[in-house]
Amino acid sequence: MKKLLLSSVVVLIGFTFIGRLSYLQLFRFSADQILDDPAIKKVYDYPERGYIYDRDGKLLVGNQPAYDVMVIPREVKPLDTLEFCSLLGIDKPEFLSKMEKARRYSPRLPSVLVPQLSKEDYAKLQEKMRHFTGFYIQKRSLRYYNTKSAANVLGYISEVNEWDLQNNPYYVAGELKGRTGIEKQYEETLRGRKGVKHIQKDRFNRDIGPYKDGKLDTLPQQGREIHITLDKVLQEYGEKLMHGKRGGIVAIEPKSGEILAMISGPTYDPALLVGRKRSKNYSKLHYDTISKPTWDRSILAQPSPGSPFKTLNALVGLQEGVIDTKTKFRCYHGFYVGNTLRGCHCGGGVRDLNSGIYQSCNAYFAGVFRKIFDKYETTDQGMDVWEKHMKSFGLGDFLGTDLPTGAPGRIPDVAYYDKWYGDGSWAASTIISNAIGQGEIAATPLQLANMTAAIANRGYFYTPHMIKSIGNNGKIDPKYTEPRYTTIDRKYFDPVIEGMANVYEYGTARWVKIPGIDIAGKTGTVENYIRVDGERMQLTDHSVFVAFAPIENPQIALAVYIENGYYGSRYAGHIASLLIEKYIKGEITRKDLEKRMLEKTLEHEYAKPYSGEPFKINEYVW
Amino acid sequence: MSGKGLFGRLDWITVILYALLVFIGWINIYSTSVGEGHTSIFDFSTLYGKQLFFIGLAVLGIIFVLFVESHFFERFASIFYIVSIVLLMGLFVFGKTIAGATSWYDLGFFNLQPSELAKVATALALAKFLSDIQTDIRSGKHQIYALIIILLPALLILPQPDPGSSLIYFSLFFVLFREGFPIYYLGILIFAVVLFATTLMFGTVWVAIGLIILTLLVYTFKRASVKIPIFPVLGVIVISILFSLSVNFVFENVFEQRHRDRFALWLSLEKDEEKLDEIRKTIGYNTYQSEKAIESGGFIGKGFMEGTRTKGDFVPEQHTDYIFSSVGEEWGFLGTSAVILLFSLFFLRLIYIAERQKNDFCRMYGYGVISILVFHYFINIGMVIGLLPTIGVPLPFFSYGGSGLIFFTMLLFIFLKLDSNRLKDGI
Repeated sequence: MKKLLLSSVVVLIGFTFIGRLSYLQLFRFSADQILDDPAIKKVYDYPERGYIYDRDGKLLVGNQPAYDVMVIPREVKPLDTLEFCSLLGIDKPEFLSKMEKARRYSPRLPSVLVPQLSKEDYAKLQEKMRHFTGFYIQKRSLRYYNTKSAANVLGYISEVNEWDLQNNPYYVAGELKGRTGIEKQYEETLRGRKGVKHIQKDRFNRDIGPYKDGKLDTLPQQGREIHITLDKVLQEYGEKLMHGKRGGIVAIEPKSGEILAMISGPTYDPALLVGRKRSKNYSKLHYDTISKPTWDRSILAQPSPGSPFKTLNALVGLQEGVIDTKTKFRCYHGFYVGNTLRGCHCGGGVRDLNSGIYQSCNAYFAGVFRKIFDKYETTDQGMDVWEKHMKSFGLGDFLGTDLPTGAPGRIPDVAYYDKWYGDGSWAASTIISNAIGQGEIAATPLQLANMTAAIANRGYFYTPHMIKSIGNNGKIDPKYTEPRYTTIDRKYFDPVIEGMANVYEYGTARWVKIPGIDIAGKTGTVENYIRVDGERMQLTDHSVFVAFAPIENPQIALAVYIENGYYGSRYAGHIASLLIEKYIKGEITRKDLEKRMLEKTLEHEYAKPYSGEPFKINEYVW
Repeated sequence: MSGKGLFGRLDWITVILYALLVFIGWINIYSTSVGEGHTSIFDFSTLYGKQLFFIGLAVLGIIFVLFVESHFFERFASIFYIVSIVLLMGLFVFGKTIAGATSWYDLGFFNLQPSELAKVATALALAKFLSDIQTDIRSGKHQIYALIIILLPALLILPQPDPGSSLIYFSLFFVLFREGFPIYYLGILIFAVVLFATTLMFGTVWVAIGLIILTLLVYTFKRASVKIPIFPVLGVIVISILFSLSVNFVFENVFEQRHRDRFALWLSLEKDEEKLDEIRKTIGYNTYQSEKAIESGGFIGKGFMEGTRTKGDFVPEQHTDYIFSSVGEEWGFLGTSAVILLFSLFFLRLIYIAERQKNDFCRMYGYGVISILVFHYFINIGMVIGLLPTIGVPLPFFSYGGSGLIFFTMLLFIFLKLDSNRLKDGI
């Protein structure tokens, strides 16, 4: 026993050690430990973020240098604090508290003392910098906007947050990432890939040379420039016209599906979200919950489309063979929804397809709608057919654009009404509001513009998109160059387009004709309600207008939606005609109309529901 | 056997194992301390250069030991012992303080650590005392003499402060056990340690309940033929509970906060995660870093000189007490288990040699050598891999440091010298 004691102790210790070591080195070991190895510092080499140009190669977004004043507290030598503070533009207590904060973070590591100096401050500071040991200036790159427009389209970049860090291993805390718009959608293209250098550190965080002689290091990959389909001139002009108005405008080139302009009002200067005042400005924009400048109405607002939708009902009627161009309905200044009479402003009388469209006769389209459903034995069958046609125009679902956000709109279907009214408890007459674009239909301005482009093309459209080219000759996603056909045959479009042309000749938009350009258009006036403090009130109608031009070989199709702008041709119609003229002619001939649109605002309309006093709607004040 | 010379009679297996350990140790010191401006391994301004120099000195020490007459060590054992005690006492007056511990004499070219010397001397003195024809280990008086020989240097070293070295002297109890000191003393010691730890972890009440349940179980399941008198058992239980009560008192009033923190960490006493984390970062920093470094080595390690944590000097004292973490990081599980195996073989070989001695003094001295080495090895690696609380003792033959290497070497080779003479008559 006593002879074996020490031997057994030795053996026992040996087994214990081996056991513990296998726990540590075999069980607890994981191969990706290098990621959190404190001894290896990764130094990143950031490539410049790619520029963004418009369709004509005009610069929209570039980069500008910004200068951070950095400090390594341990290396700071006594200095003339007052002079330094005046150069930095801060006062002494602020300077001292920032120094203390930096020291608490780490005396050995650099901290940002003053972020993002302007070029002027930088120039002043630079020559004096050598007097201040322990401080240095670090250059970094910020976005520079060569336009005050298209803030929501271009989007902004901001520091990555916890969620990004957890979900995308590429990012490291403090890096920037495209947050909305083009910056988000084409983040990887614009960003490039940062280069990584692995540096071996000691426990004081001092560098002691490259890790594994740089074998794991990578070079940065340049971010690529992109060209987007936006027309800078048209976009800026449209935003000027939207001054003081809420709503959305989308213009599309029908033959390619390229988005020429995408305007949301009110908007803001994209430069507000860059630089030292960024967070202050962001809160201001973000918390404006009434006018919502960061909410892109051109792709997120989903009002009922109103009368422009009648053109689609006409097309479905023709395709289904339930009407032809000669089919007539009599308008008794209205039509019935169930047992209630809905009015019609067309003036009454006998209407055919052409005058039904250009006078926007509600009774005519109620008749067409009923006929579509009458063709089928059951309402459900009729509904399915109608829904299929409508959806073929890109309505009722996300279009598949290259925008990071959007809304699906709504084309109601059998299931929707079964849920609403109960199975079999509804019929065409119940849902007849859909005939005139009210009711349960909802569409974004983008969808309306796309629908108009499909009519302009006589039966097909390209998925609307923003990307024109990546880099110098970069191909774009082929899904944007393949036509998507509607379920309506080409021959049925011409009579409808003729009606839309007559909207300008004889119809609801005859006072916004543009000399020398043939336009096809359709007005819309949409009733709407709001709830303020639980009280439902009706507001002045939304003004809606869709149009394309020229009628032969269309170059632009657009949808204009102005909140509470009253009838279709009043605001939307005017703005649409100015945009078309600007895009096709390059200049405006009707200066008085332009002046009026630039000056008029609807702020008084928007103030009404919040005034606390009774108010009138749909006033003919001009 | 007289036909063979000294070198023929030396136990070469041990010598080879020793050389391997020193070599592997040096390789790792080299890896942890080699810098960018590395020129030559003989650059004596570097740690690895200095260690090479110390190895040279150790070889000289070996040669010296081998050529000294064997009887010299036995004859002068008492003198050595008295000299080391005097040297230890002298530290209180002439000692040089390094890193807070007054453990060195400044000899100009060399810092001498007398506690290392005292280990050799105490092992010799204990062997000398026990092998004396008049000494009877079963006599209480002689047991107390033996304890004094062991504990005197330990008590002198403790206030330096150097609790690690002080603790090492307790390893010499193995010598006593080998020579007939009742083994149940060891049982009592282990029982006390278990009581101490369990009291800290669960409190006196649960320890008492545990003891009673244990006793009841023993009485329930013992064979009827086995009679265990009840009163001594009750006595043990009462004493245990009293001991357990005193533990709390000692822990709260005698220990300092840093000691309490070490135990808190080791036994996971602290339940507040935040505080535990705080302790881990301060008191437990070394252990945490060394565990991480070892863990990051995985099965095959990162390769020679590729240890990032080692190179980054993240593990404190890594060329001295924490040298084993470098083995773990750079050579992986293969390396660490090879070193453990090497040490185990080395110790087993030494035990085998000790047991084959015909001369009592030689055997007892051999046991002293082995016990000291095993204790260092156990405490050091146990600490580095996070099994034991932080106690600063070097890893024999591995750790950087002149005194350590030279005295460990002399400790060992005195034994090998004695062994080489075993077949001659007497010594």
